[in-house]
Parts: sequence; structure tokens; C-alpha cells
Amino acid sequence: MAILEISNLCIEFPTRRGVLSAVEHLSLSIEAGEILGIVGESGAGKSLTGNAIVGLLEPPGHVTGGVILLNGQDITHLSDAEMRKVRGAQIGVIFQDPLTSLDPLYTIGQQLVQTIQTHMDLSRADAKRRAIDLLVEVGIPAPERRFDAYPHEFSGGMRQRVVIALALCCDPCLIIADEPTTALDVSVQAQIIALLKRLAREKGVATMLVTHDMGVIAEAADRVAVIYSGRLAEIGEVRSVIDTPKHPYTKGLMDSIPQIGQNLELLPNIPGAMPRLDSRPDGCAFNPRCEKAKAVCREKMSGLFTAGEKKQMAACWVYAGGDEYA
Amino acid sequence: MPDDIILDVKGLKMYFDVSAPLISRMIRRTSKQMLKAVDGLNFSIRRGETFSLVGESGCGKSTVARAVAGLYTITDGDIVVEGENLSKIRDKTKIAAISKRVQMIFQSPYASLDPRWRVRDIIAEPIRAFHLAKDKADERQQVDTLLRQVGLSPSDGEKYPHEFSGGQRQRISIARALSSRPEFLICDEPTSALDVSVQAQILNLMTELQDDLGLTYLFISHDLAVIDHISDWIGVMYLGRICEITPQPELFKNPLHPYTRLLLATIPDLSGETTHVPLEGEVPNPINPPTGCTFHPRCPYANERCKRERPELRRIGPSEVACHAIEEGRI
Ligand SMILES: Nc1ncnc2c1ncn2[C@@H]1O[C@H](COP(=O)(O)OP(=O)(O)OP(=O)(O)O)[C@@H](O)[C@H]1O
Ligand SMILES: Nc1ncnc2c1ncn2[C@@H]1O[C@H](COP(=O)(O)OP(=O)(O)O)[C@@H](O)[C@H]1O
Ligand code: SF4
Ligand code: SF4
Ligand SMILES: [Mg+2]
Ligand SMILES: [Mg+2]
Repeated sequence: MAILEISNLCIEFPTRRGVLSAVEHLSLSIEAGEILGIVGESGAGKSLTGNAIVGLLEPPGHVTGGVILLNGQDITHLSDAEMRKVRGAQIGVIFQDPLTSLDPLYTIGQQLVQTIQTHMDLSRADAKRRAIDLLVEVGIPAPERRFDAYPHEFSGGMRQRVVIALALCCDPCLIIADEPTTALDVSVQAQIIALLKRLAREKGVATMLVTHDMGVIAEAADRVAVIYSGRLAEIGEVRSVIDTPKHPYTKGLMDSIPQIGQNLELLPNIPGAMPRLDSRPDGCAFNPRCEKAKAVCREKMSGLFTAGEKKQMAACWVYAGGDEYA
Repeated sequence: MPDDIILDVKGLKMYFDVSAPLISRMIRRTSKQMLKAVDGLNFSIRRGETFSLVGESGCGKSTVARAVAGLYTITDGDIVVEGENLSKIRDKTKIAAISKRVQMIFQSPYASLDPRWRVRDIIAEPIRAFHLAKDKADERQQVDTLLRQVGLSPSDGEKYPHEFSGGQRQRISIARALSSRPEFLICDEPTSALDVSVQAQILNLMTELQDDLGLTYLFISHDLAVIDHISDWIGVMYLGRICEITPQPELFKNPLHPYTRLLLATIPDLSGETTHVPLEGEVPNPINPPTGCTFHPRCPYANERCKRERPELRRIGPSEVACHAIEEGRI
């Protein structure tokens, strides 16, 4: 049984100008010990998906359809209090900006001890010992000494390690990591990837790794899901998607990644921008930017079609196989 | 000093006082503690070029950026911008003249834009502060031009920052930074919060703006592929010092300093084949850095001299490298 299973997730925002549909019929699952990478442009709906799973959607955003199962338990519509329990005990959350997860007014030691004691029945001394072990695990030098430091005294990378330590406080079975290495440099990034991989391998943690860095995906993920304008564009094993991307959007994305030694004056990039939610075109949301777009793409949304080996799937008419895309 | 040097940094030191409060120092009999975020940095940037800083988290890149932007009272050294020594100027109008020419783009496009202001006002703020518009109509026109220059439309000026995506917010930050018509931009991780296809657009925008306006960049990124793409010169930092300064293609073809070699081995690339030797050992504590060459506890080539004596930058071909082993010809 998958640790996390999402089917047909829909997220909407009612606004004065009408309902914005931010995530549409998104389905994916993550097994124990598996790292699923999620990539996509800013605004694609990656964070909303992550936030929906942990019940942190900011109102007026809310789940309007679909089911989220954690270990088979339906957690789609839990109350705040119930969700807080699940989050503390079973899901570790790591956000993009470590400052949003850290309270500037408390030392990192106080924050760790408090989180541990909220969810585990430990004495202060034991909680402190566990906190220091966690800081060692995430690679904070001189943890005893830095225990009483405030978040602003740490560099960006060190803060993110503290956030990961916070997420690990209660041995979660699922980690939602939203751009966890975005603000970090390569060697720390390598260490944090190694840390996430170790947690998956050794503790069987299922991980949803949201990142815009394909290098990180290539290193860390087993499978990857590409999201475009709130919809799944492509999903498959990480090597197939990177080496032989099928969806035109994924292809464009792969080309825009700078590579060492390439020496280009300008980087290839997909013209235009992802449509805003209130102006998503009919049919395939990528059609205004797509070189392969045909009439059907402007009329009907494509379903997910097998597009390659090993369960690689793309939501693109090119792979429909019928005579609709002709 | 040759005319085309726009920024010259000499012996820059930035120490932070991280001591416990005086009273608890008296009780515990501990002394003052200084964190040496930047400890003796030398580099210069030529007009129209891009000089980048790379290095591990906490090595002091942002501190250098902030110091050069004039946001800190530095501990020691000189920051000379177009012949004017930042730390020596007392004259307010001169300081204003320099800060007009030097602008900064920050790591996070989320934190750096005031959410209560309309985008138009955010971008116009430096124009107002430096009295660069003749009248309201002129200001409006300047803001419209800036919005177009960064790939947005004039109507976007009426909106608030929260109505934009991360990439668009970074475009707004760039427009704001450009509004005082600076010659020199300090960019601290300008694309690291962005997705790759947006990053490509922003990097292309920066390249085009540099060509059009003759801008000079001090660029900071943790992404070595981005650094390789954007830079003319690269300075590799380790624990508050520069260990290697190299022209762009050289760093990746022919890394010299032992730290640079290790750093390059840690790049996660698309092959997914983990070739990397993850950097061994702990990142040393900048409160109490190792003696001599601060890299010696992690360096495979370290010897007795490395523990004692701090290496200075020396010219090797087109590069400058601070390493005893290289100077001695051991590697
Ligand atoms: N205001 C401050 N007070 C005390 N220490 C500070 C302060 N600002 C920075 N430091 C320390 O100075 C060192 C360098 O910090 P800096 O932010 O320049 O690193 P960085 O290279 O930009 O790191 P990152 O890649 O994580 O952003 C770090 O050890 C940091 O903890
Ligand atoms: N509070 C909100 N009101 C209206 N739209 C929102 C709100 N929060 C997010 N959105 C929209 O939902 C979409 C997905 O956002 P998000 O999940 O944060 O994207 P990302 O893929 O970058 O993480 C975006 O278009 C965003 O503008
Ligand atoms: S469905 Fe059509 S428009 Fe969409 S990606 Fe495929 S070819 Fe392009
Ligand atoms: S000076 Fe010595 S310790 Fe430092 S990098 Fe060179 S060989 Fe290594
Ligand atoms: Mg996000
Ligand atoms: Mg920094």
C-alpha cells in the first residue's frame, strides 16, 4: 500500500472575480522509501498540492474534489486539530523559506525541544538530547554551542538544516519538502539530498520533493511528476523523464537548464509564460507556447497517455494514438 | 588605478559581535566573541563584466554583497567604487550619489518587495528618492519603460506584489533596482528561488540588460552551472576568504585550489550518477576558524605549513590562487 495516495485532487480559490481553479484532477502516489520529485514553473500548483496534503491551504483556498489517503486513512477533510496531530506525528514539512518555519523570537534549541515535547512523551533533558542528535544528523557544527542561538544568527543553509531537524523531530513516515535546497549551495545541497535519501532508504520515509532543480531530481528522486498550470503534464521514472522527455513542456524545461561548459550567450527558453489561473486557454493549457499544437489541443484537454517505456505517461495529444491529433 | 575598474575591494573584513550579553560574560568569565564572516578579502571588478562569488553556505558571500552595497559598517578594509572609498566618505550627497549607482537584487523576491505598495510605487521609490523625474508624467513614463524592459506590461504597475509569481516578482525587483539608472548591480542569488525555465528567462534578461545598459554585476549563486553561464570572473570563497579567482572557462576546465576541486565534484548533474565525493568533515565554525589555511582540516594536501601560515592569493597563469601546495609545486 502506498504511504500517500492522491486521486483527482482539485483545489479552488473563490475570488470576487470568480472561482480560480488552481489544481485540477491531480493524481499521484508515493510508496514507502520512495522519493517522488515534483517539478514545474512557479505558480504551477506544487506548493498548493503540498499544502493541501498537510492541511495548510490558506483560506479561501480549499480542496473541492478528490481524495488524499495517508496510509489508507482519508485525511482530505480533517479538522485543524486532527490535522495538527497527523502533521506532528506522521508528516514532516520542510518549506522553501526556512524563515517561515522558524520563530525569530526563540532560540533554535527552544523550538526543537518544544516541537519534540508536543508530540513525544519525553522529559526536557531527553528532548534536549534528541534535539542535539538531530542537529548532528543534519550537519550543524558545534550543536551544543549553537543550541542557544537565534535563527538570524545562522546563514541560510544552516537555517534550512534546522528546519529539517524540526521536520524529523517525530520520525515521520511522509516528508513533504517544498524546495528544501533552493537557497543552498552545492555541497550543502549534496548533503541534504544525501540526508533525504538516507531517510528514505533506512527509515522507509516516503518523500515528496518539490524542486525546480532537475539536478536535484536526478540525484534524489526515483520518479518525477511534472506539473503545468495545475495539471499533471508528465510522470514517470526519473531517468526516462530526464533522458527522453515526452511532453513538449518537459522538453522545453530540460533545454532551459544551464549546463557547465555549454558557453551559450543566451539560454534556450520556452517563449511566453504559464497562463494565469483566470486566463487558462481551452484545451491543453500549454497550447499557446507549444510548437506541436494542433486544432484538438485548442479544444480538448488531453488525458494521460503512455508515452514511452516503464510507465512513462504524458498528458499530450501527440501520444493519444487515435486520429484526433492529425 | 586603471580606469575600467568599477569596484576594488581591499582587505575587507566584516566581523559580527556574537558575544553573550555582558552580564552573563561576567558570570561565566567568557570573553567577547567575534564571528569573522569576512576576513581579509581582495578582488576587483572591471566595468561591464560579471564577477561571481561561489562557496558553501555561511562562507560570507551575502555579507560581502551587503558590505559592498553599503549596508554594513565594515570592520576593516576598503571598498572603492569608481575611485570613491565607501568607508571614508562622510559627505551625505556623495553617499547618495554612490548608492544611486549601486543597487542590489536580493535572494528572495518575496521578502524584498513591500506587500502594501503598488508595483508602480515600489519601482518609482528610487526615482523619487533621487529626484530623477521632472514631474508625475515623467515618472509614470519611466516606470512604464522599466516594466517593459523587464518583460512586464505597464498595467502590471497598478497591482500589488502578491498578485505575481516568483519570477514576475524578481522582474519587479530588477525593475526597481534599475530605476535609479545604476551602473553596478549586486545580485545575491537572484534566480535561486525560481524554476528553471523562469530562471533561463531572468538570466537572459540580465544578459540583455548588461549588453544594452553596460551594467556591471557582482553575482552570487550557489548553482555552479548558473555561475558558469553568467560569469566573466569567478571568485571561490571559503570561510570568509577567497581561495581562487579565475576567468570563467578556466574554473571548470582547470580548477586549481583543492577546495575548488572538491566543490566541483559535488555538483548534482542531470546524469544522476553520483560521482561526488561529498565534502568531508564539518564546515568549520567561523567563530573559531582553523589556524593557517582555514581549509586545512578538510584538505588532502595539508602539511605543517598549512596549519601555521595563512596562504595569500598568488598569480598562476590567468588565475589567482591562495594555496601553499600549489605555490610549492606539490600539486
Ligand atoms: N548579523 C549577523 N550576526 C551574527 N552573525 C552573522 C550575521 N550575519 C551573518 N552572520 C554569520 O556570518 C557568516 C556568513 O554569513 P553569510 O550570510 O554572508 O553567508 P553566505 O555565504 O551568504 O551563506 P548562504 O549561502 O547560506 O546564504 C555565517 O556564519 C553567519 O552565521
Ligand atoms: N491565496 C490565493 N489566492 C488566489 N490564488 C492563489 C492563492 N495562493 C495561490 N494561488 C494561485 O495558485 C496557483 C498555484 O500556486 P502554488 O501552488 O503556490 O504554485 P507553485 O507551483 O509555485 O508552488 C498559482 O497560480 C497561485 O497564484
Ligand atoms: S496536447 Fe497539444 S498543445 Fe498540449 S503539449 Fe501536446 S501537442 Fe502541445
Ligand atoms: S594551503 Fe595547504 S591546506 Fe590550504 S588548500 Fe593549500 S594545501 Fe590545502
Ligand atoms: Mg512553491
Ligand atoms: Mg547568502
